[in-house]
Amino acid sequence: MAIKKFMYINRKAPYGTIYALESLEVVLIGAAFDQDVSLAFIGDGVYQLVKGQNTQAIGQKNFSPTYAALGDYDVNKIYVEKESLEERGLTLYDLQHLVWEDEDEDWAEKDSIRLVSRSELADVIDEQDVILSF
Amino acid sequence: MALLHTVNKSPFESSSFDTCLGYAKDGSTILFIEDGVYAATTGHSVADKIKNASGVSFAVLGPDLQARGLESKLADGIKVVDYDGFVNLVAEHDSVQSWL
Repeated sequence: MAIKKFMYINRKAPYGTIYALESLEVVLIGAAFDQDVSLAFIGDGVYQLVKGQNTQAIGQKNFSPTYAALGDYDVNKIYVEKESLEERGLTLYDLQHLVWEDEDEDWAEKDSIRLVSRSELADVIDEQDVILSF
Repeated sequence: MALLHTVNKSPFESSSFDTCLGYAKDGSTILFIEDGVYAATTGHSVADKIKNASGVSFAVLGPDLQARGLESKLADGIKVVDYDGFVNLVAEHDSVQSWL
């Protein structure tokens, strides 16, 4: 089977709606099919990656630690749109530090998050074979 | 009549906070809950609107802020309440308007 480029576009904040959790579930299921997977976080979607989430008091599952496991599933191209962060008063330092281990370089630890501009991300989206929107 | 307004949508994805602000009279309180809590953080255009809204009190539901990891980003002048505090706000005001 030919490898296709899959991109999951995430545009919703976590917890207020079910989109963020459902997207993550689909990404994890899709990871079993050895495709070329990318994730994009646009608009309120960038809030999904904010570090220090604690859902104890709202009685919902805190699924944010799962993003740190994506590298183990070879999901290591995580695009975060710079303009969306800035519009929300956030920087890269407000997000989780997501990494993956490159087996071709003696398991060197590398950053998974790629901070890109809106126009750069538009080009990446343009290259995809399949786009899934959440 | 002192009204309690609740806003549960992100100000970046919905106009409900702007609409609410247009209707909030002096002496009323705006409480941010669920995805509405994103309005209560610093460093963006919505924070300026809150700062400039004199005569209106602002509160945010702490559990929703904690869930989203944004306690350290809370803007000045916004009171954090827990669920009991939410109930107190409802009791202290004459009526509640939910900007869904």
